[in-house]
Amino acid sequence: MIGFQLKRTLKSGLKSLWLHKMRSGLTMLGITFGVCSVIAMLAIGTGASEEAQEQIRKLGSHNIIIQSVKPPESQSAGDSTSRISEYGITYKDAALIRDTVPDVVRTVPTRKVRANVYVQNRRIDTDIVGTVPWYAEVNNATVLRGGFLTQGHLQRKAGVCVLGKDAADVLFPLGDALGSVVLQGELRFKVIGIITSFARGEFGGKKLQGDPNSEVYIPLTTMNLFYGPNTMHQSGGTFTSERVDLHELTVQVQSLDDVRRVEAVIAQILRNSHSKEDYQLIVPLQLLVQARRTQWIFSIVLGSIAAISLLVGGIGIMNITLATVMERTREIGIRRAMGAKRRHIIFQFLTETLLLALIGGGLGIAFGVLAPYLVQRLAGMRTIVRLWSLLLAFGISAAVGIIFGIYPAYRAANMDPIEALRHE
Amino acid sequence: MPLAEMKDIWRTYRMGSTLLHALRGVSFSIEQGQMISIMGPSGSGKSTLLNLLGCLDTPTRGEYILGGRNVAQLDDNELSEIRSTEIGFIFQSYNLITQLNVVENIEIPLYYQGMSERESYERAVELAERVGLSQRLTHVPTELSGGERQRVGVARALASSPLIVLADEPTGNLDTKTGNQILTLLHQLNDEGVTMIVVTHDPRVAAETERTLRLVDGQLQDGTDGT
Ligand SMILES: Nc1ncnc2c1ncn2[C@@H]1O[C@H](COP(=O)(O)OP(=O)(O)OP(=O)(O)O)[C@@H](O)[C@H]1O
Ligand SMILES: [Mg+2]
Repeated sequence: MIGFQLKRTLKSGLKSLWLHKMRSGLTMLGITFGVCSVIAMLAIGTGASEEAQEQIRKLGSHNIIIQSVKPPESQSAGDSTSRISEYGITYKDAALIRDTVPDVVRTVPTRKVRANVYVQNRRIDTDIVGTVPWYAEVNNATVLRGGFLTQGHLQRKAGVCVLGKDAADVLFPLGDALGSVVLQGELRFKVIGIITSFARGEFGGKKLQGDPNSEVYIPLTTMNLFYGPNTMHQSGGTFTSERVDLHELTVQVQSLDDVRRVEAVIAQILRNSHSKEDYQLIVPLQLLVQARRTQWIFSIVLGSIAAISLLVGGIGIMNITLATVMERTREIGIRRAMGAKRRHIIFQFLTETLLLALIGGGLGIAFGVLAPYLVQRLAGMRTIVRLWSLLLAFGISAAVGIIFGIYPAYRAANMDPIEALRHE
Repeated sequence: MPLAEMKDIWRTYRMGSTLLHALRGVSFSIEQGQMISIMGPSGSGKSTLLNLLGCLDTPTRGEYILGGRNVAQLDDNELSEIRSTEIGFIFQSYNLITQLNVVENIEIPLYYQGMSERESYERAVELAERVGLSQRLTHVPTELSGGERQRVGVARALASSPLIVLADEPTGNLDTKTGNQILTLLHQLNDEGVTMIVVTHDPRVAAETERTLRLVDGQLQDGTDGT
C-alpha cells in the first residue's frame, strides 16, 4: 500500500502549526504544564523518599533507639539549688530489655557527660560519651584512624578515648591525635582512634540529640568510675545535679519483620517501670513507613493535579483540532477529490495533534527538569529527576496527542467529499 | 470498448420524507481521447453527473463502467484510488489549497499516489511550465489572478496523467478573454490525447466540443445520448 511519507507529513504538519503560531502555542500550554508537573512531582517525591531512606540507613533500620528525656515538671520543681533530678533509662531497663525481649541481637548503652575537653590551649565544650565496643558498628560509624574501644578497655576501665572527627580536628589541628592525651579537668584520656558518623539532626519530627562527630567516646565503665552516678550542671549561677543511668539505649533487632513487635514489647516494659514520660522511642523503620505514607498521599495529590491538567490540555487539543477541521473542511474536500484516502486525512490531522502534544510535552520536559532544580535551590528540598520519569512524561504526551486527536481526525476523514467541497 | 460508460444511472437524494431524483436514468458513453460538453439549466443535475463520473459519489441505481470496472461496487478506498490515478478535476472556483504554493498544489494528487518527493516536484514544475506558470512556482493562490489560478487547477488535474479530466464550469468565474485562454489550453491538452468532459453554460464553448449532452431535469434530452 501507499506509504505515508512520514517526513513530508511531518513537514507539512509543522508548517500548518506554524501558520497559527499563537493558537498552537496556547494549545500546547496545557500539555506543557501537565508534563512539567508530572516530572516535578516525581522528582520531588523521589527526592523525599530517597532522603527518608538515607536517614533511616544512617540510624539503622534494624535499630530501635530509646533516649532519656528530661521531663518538664522536674525542671520547674527544681527550686532548691542542691536538688538531684533523676530521670531516664535505668540500668534495670537496659538489662530487662537485653535479657528478656526476644529477637534482640544486642543493646548499646550510652551515658553522656557535658564537659570541657582540652589539649594545651585548645578546648571544646562537648559530650563525653560512655559506651561499649560495639557502639561503632551498630551506629554505622566508620573508624578513620586507630581503632574503637575494646572489650579489654571496658574491663580494665581504661583511661582511653576515641574522638569524633570534628573534635579531633579542633583539638589536634596538626593531625597528631593518635597516642596523644586529652584532658578533662584532672582526668587524662589517651586517644586511641578517630571515628566519623552521620549527622543526626531532626528526624521524623523528633529531635535526636548529639553530634557523633564532635563527641569524645570513652568506655562506659571508665565513665562510671571517673564521674560517679551523679553529674553536676551549671546553669545561670545555680548548680543542678542530675542522675541519669543511661542517656541512650540502642536496641538492635534480629530481622526487619521483628522490629514492630520488639518495639511494642519495649514500650510495654518502659510503661510499666516509668511513671512519667522521661524517655522517647525512635523507630527508624516506623518512620520509613510514615515517610512512605506521606509520600504516597503527596503523589496522589500531585498526580491528580498532573492528570487533570493533562486532561484539560488534551481536551484543549481536541477542541482546537475540531475547530481546525471545521475551518479546513474545504481543504479536506479538495484532498479527497484528489485521491486522499480516509486514512491519509486521519494521518494528516493526527500528525498535527501529535506534533502539538510532543512539542508541548518537550517543553514540559524542559521545564520539568528545571522546576525541581529551582525547588532544590530555593526551597532546599532534595529532588531527583529520573530518566524513566522523562520517558513516562514523553509517553504520556504522545498518548494524549493520539487519544485526543483521534476523534477530530476521524470526523475529518468521514466528511462527505462533495459536501466538503461545497463548504462556504 | 468505451473508456467510460453509464447505463441507466439514477441518483436520488432523500430529503426528509421526499425523494429528489437529481438524475433519472442517464445513459451515455465516452471514447478515449474525446472532448464532450454537458449543458443544461441550473439544477438539472450536471454537477451530480460529474461527481459520479469522477467517483466522488456512487449512483443510487445503474451501472457505471470506468476502464472496465463497475464503479458502483467499489468501496471508499478503491474509489479514492481511482480518483488519485484516473481522474482529474477542474473546478469553477479553482479549489486550490490556500496555504500551499503553485508547485505544492500541483503535487497533491502525486502525493496521494505515493510518488517520491523529488519526482513529484519535478513533475509539478514541468506541468506548471506547460500551463505557462514558470514564473509563479512559489506563489500562493492569493497572489495569483483568476486565470492563473485556473491554470494551476488545470495543471493539478493533469498531474496524475488521468484517464479523464472533468471540468465543472472551468471558465465560469473568468472574463471572456481569460476564459478563452483556459479553453485553448484544454483543447491543446485534448489534442495531445487527454479525454475531457466539460460542464458549461456557454453555448460557444459547447459548440467547440465534439459532442454535447443536454441535461434537463436529470435526464438526457433525445438525440444527445448514444454515441
Ligand atoms: N447533497 C444534496 N442533497 C440534496 N439535494 C441535492 C444535493 N446535491 C444536489 N442536490 C439537488 O440535485 C439537483 C441537481 O443539482 P446539481 O448540483 O447537479 O445541479 P447543476 O446542474 O450542477 O446546477 P448548477 O448549474 O446550478 O451548478 C438540484 O435540485 C439540487 O438541489
Ligand atoms: Mg453545478
